Amino acid sequence: MAALSVMTGGGSWFLALALGVTLLKCLLIPTYHSTDFEVHRNWLAITHSLPISQWYYEATSEWTLDYPPFFAWFEYALSHVAKYFDQEMLNVHNLNYSSSRTLLFQRFSVIFTDALFVYAVHECCKCVDGKKACKELTEKPKFILSVLLLWNFGLLIVDHIHFQYNGFLFGLMLLSIARLFQKRHMEGAFLFAVLLHFKHIYLYVAPAYGIYLLRSYCFTANKPDGSIRWNSFSFVRLISLGLTVFLVSALSLGPFLALNQLPQVFSRLFPFKRGLCHAYWAPNFWAVYNALDKVLSVIGPRGFLRCLILCALSSFMFGWHVHEKAILLAILPMSLLSVGKAGDASIFLILSTTGHYSLFPLLFTAPELPIKILLMLLFTIYSISSLKTLFRKEKPLFNWMETFYLLGLGPLEVFCEFVFPFTSWKLKYPFIPLLLTSVYCAVGITYAWFKLYVSVFTDPPVGKTKKQ
Amino acid sequence: MEKWYLMTAVVLLGLTVRWTVSLNSYSGAGKPPMFGDYEAQRHWQEITFNLPIKQWYFNSSDNNLQYWGLDYPPLTAYHSLLCAYVAQFINPDWIALHSSRGYESQAHKLFMRATVLIADLLIYIPAVVLHCCCLKEISTKKKIANALCILLYPGLILIDYGHFHLGLALWGVLGVSCDWDLLGSLAFCLAVNYKQMELYHSLPFFCFLLGKCFKKGLKGKGFVLFVKLAGTVVASFTLCWLPFFTERAQALQVLRRLFPVDRGLFEDKVANIWCSVSVFLKIKDILPHHVQIIVSFCLTLLSLLPACVKLTLQPSPKGFRFTLVSCALSFFLFSFQVHEKSILLVSLPVCLVLSEIPFMSTWFLLVSTFSMLPLLLKDDLLMPSVVTTMAFFIACATSFSIFEKTSEEELRLKSFSVSVRKHLPRFTFLPRIIQHLFIISVITMVLLTLMTVTLDPPQKLPDLFSVLISTELTSANPPLLLRKTGPELTSVPIFLYFICGTPTTAWCAKRCHVRTQDSNWQTPGRQSRTYT
Repeated sequence: MAALSVMTGGGSWFLALALGVTLLKCLLIPTYHSTDFEVHRNWLAITHSLPISQWYYEATSEWTLDYPPFFAWFEYALSHVAKYFDQEMLNVHNLNYSSSRTLLFQRFSVIFTDALFVYAVHECCKCVDGKKACKELTEKPKFILSVLLLWNFGLLIVDHIHFQYNGFLFGLMLLSIARLFQKRHMEGAFLFAVLLHFKHIYLYVAPAYGIYLLRSYCFTANKPDGSIRWNSFSFVRLISLGLTVFLVSALSLGPFLALNQLPQVFSRLFPFKRGLCHAYWAPNFWAVYNALDKVLSVIGPRGFLRCLILCALSSFMFGWHVHEKAILLAILPMSLLSVGKAGDASIFLILSTTGHYSLFPLLFTAPELPIKILLMLLFTIYSISSLKTLFRKEKPLFNWMETFYLLGLGPLEVFCEFVFPFTSWKLKYPFIPLLLTSVYCAVGITYAWFKLYVSVFTDPPVGKTKKQ
Repeated sequence: MEKWYLMTAVVLLGLTVRWTVSLNSYSGAGKPPMFGDYEAQRHWQEITFNLPIKQWYFNSSDNNLQYWGLDYPPLTAYHSLLCAYVAQFINPDWIALHSSRGYESQAHKLFMRATVLIADLLIYIPAVVLHCCCLKEISTKKKIANALCILLYPGLILIDYGHFHLGLALWGVLGVSCDWDLLGSLAFCLAVNYKQMELYHSLPFFCFLLGKCFKKGLKGKGFVLFVKLAGTVVASFTLCWLPFFTERAQALQVLRRLFPVDRGLFEDKVANIWCSVSVFLKIKDILPHHVQIIVSFCLTLLSLLPACVKLTLQPSPKGFRFTLVSCALSFFLFSFQVHEKSILLVSLPVCLVLSEIPFMSTWFLLVSTFSMLPLLLKDDLLMPSVVTTMAFFIACATSFSIFEKTSEEELRLKSFSVSVRKHLPRFTFLPRIIQHLFIISVITMVLLTLMTVTLDPPQKLPDLFSVLISTELTSANPPLLLRKTGPELTSVPIFLYFICGTPTTAWCAKRCHVRTQDSNWQTPGRQSRTYT
């Protein structure tokens, strides 16, 4: 009984939040799932039934394996548990197989692997500045950050309704960020390298990692005013970083190199569309180059985080073929900054509200309509109010223009979901709601991106002490 | 209120949980010819829309009473009519006479669920929020936590149809507690006219209001109040029953449908005394029918008399809430023809006293949800019930840190323990007994759930698990039957605790000149120790 009372006593709010959101995820099991469900079932089947040499060649289903090898190994490991649920799902030819046991297994696998995300959030909370002495639990930055991350609307609906495995991947990313905040650079680099080989989309933010590690880890000391002391460059550290990345890549791509399948693997990972590549890599690099000289004089993990978010957002902005879900790559790290400064909180709120709203078209079925509206309201109202309360002593978070814009999302939703389907335009121009949503959200996201850029440039480099 | 955003978050969470649970199967899904309660609700919309009022409660070729005939008071019928108008607007096939029997479709399910959600949103949830905001002597955070726990109570989420009557009853409780007596009694009359089971709550209302009248003085304001209340009650009943007063036969037929006394002492496996006792003693066979009615009536009356008398003599909102619990529980345990779902009528008042005796209330609410397990399993709701029960438990445990609140004073059993200690000086271990019993009870519930799901009961005793589950809630005596009815012993404290009604024990102790600190009237508000 004493153990139980300790467990439910003072410090267990984090556990309660984590368990609560896990139970909510269990309730979302019977909801709509997209074709991504079949994609992952197919990958379970491929990795379980076929030898490694066939993994990147198998094309029975249209959903071929197009993630790096670590993810394939992950699916392989899952498939060994899957066989106890339903053997039939592991048959490559059972296209669109979705028995109730398959559904249960797949949903539970996402919920279970989210444990890594929970751990990463716990580590991130340790990095948050607890200086603002609040006795009130709900006003502590740690508490607010935990809710913003654990109960993130985008992650909930993309992972647990639409169906994807973003939870543990973002867990890896947040954990590597946390390690960098905690000055455990090697671990951070290692985790990020591993992450890259799970899902290559994180290459977008690799420049931020590269530059920061170079700047803060390879140059071991700074001059008093904060700029680089060039003669403190440590080759040993550079080599060890390089070795880490190399070893991880070797582990991942090694077997395929041995089988001479590297070109095939790369063609799957980077579908060869010349225009696409030029369309989004170049502006991304250009955007990063712009900030490069400023970044080199930005001190501390906060600067790194800003750079990471900028990379993610820039790639989202300029790559028109990027999926809506990629906005999560910017929103989740931004949560870490939002509990630190009022300016960041304001940017975060605009970004997250419009970003989350842009995910609405992913769930277009009627039973899920109340869920997405209720959860969106829950997250938005909580995030805005809690951050406003946290920064109530500073100037207001939004000006009238921003407030107006955010409030406009309400009528937009009412129009798109409730009014438009009953008008005569539905037959002639069925794409109008999607168009309106995309354009409206693009305005908000661009604005947030711009504000973030400005804040990077106008942040005073001196006086920003290294945190923790 | 400050921190309104947290309360909004709690409400939104409650709504989300309700909707996601309702995405699961409903009662009687895909089970012709009778289907289930869902079909009953649809059928009532069909009947009320297509037939004139005179035929609603009568057997006719268009209205076969054997197929889910209306057996609730007129307000339910009017509500069904309202829903039917909406259904007619969306898709007339849903309520077409005769041809819509057994109609099942995704769109129709969404419609039915939406009507339930809207009813909850408009009636039940505001009442809960208002109740929590009006709680005195506790911090804002505690109020919000209280609202969270009440909204997460699994029983009301898992049981299919809307709980209009509970929402109305809750408004009644609120009105009467805040001295808006007329509005409160109006709301309660409407609740009774919605579902006749609300009569379980009627005695406490009557006694409380009578007590208030006495307090104000029978010759002055009290009398005026009494007349006004009587007028309100009569007016609301008349308004609801107006169409049925045209002929005597109409009113009688409705009454016959509402109170089917020829159906016997109990049906199915319900967690009350009669069902549990009949495991060892076949009461149904021993006693003739009219004797059963008399025995049931007497026992019910005896068990609720002390609390009601006390409430009349000393009316107070706190005492009122406790009396609601004990009366509803008496009715549930001893009354005639009780349905499993009637436990919700007890659970609602227990939710209202959650902030005062968190440990016992949480225990009771967990067991009450568990007692409905056979029903829930029949409707394929295992996963939602397990998840919502766990969520409720976690919410209560963190909000009230219930495991720290098991001292005698916090359980409101101080006067009882003191009087026992007069005769047995060593009686100091009550809290520890209760804690151990709680753990045993939880373990038993988990085991029984697992067993019910994975094993089949032995051939000779096909209802073994249902009976075991129902006896978990009540208590039975002989130690011989420990093997069969072990769980009951763990429920004895809950039963005795609530049926005696803790204010009642304090009052009785006072009457018996036991010198004790009366913890009920003077307990100051406690500041929460948990969220720091």
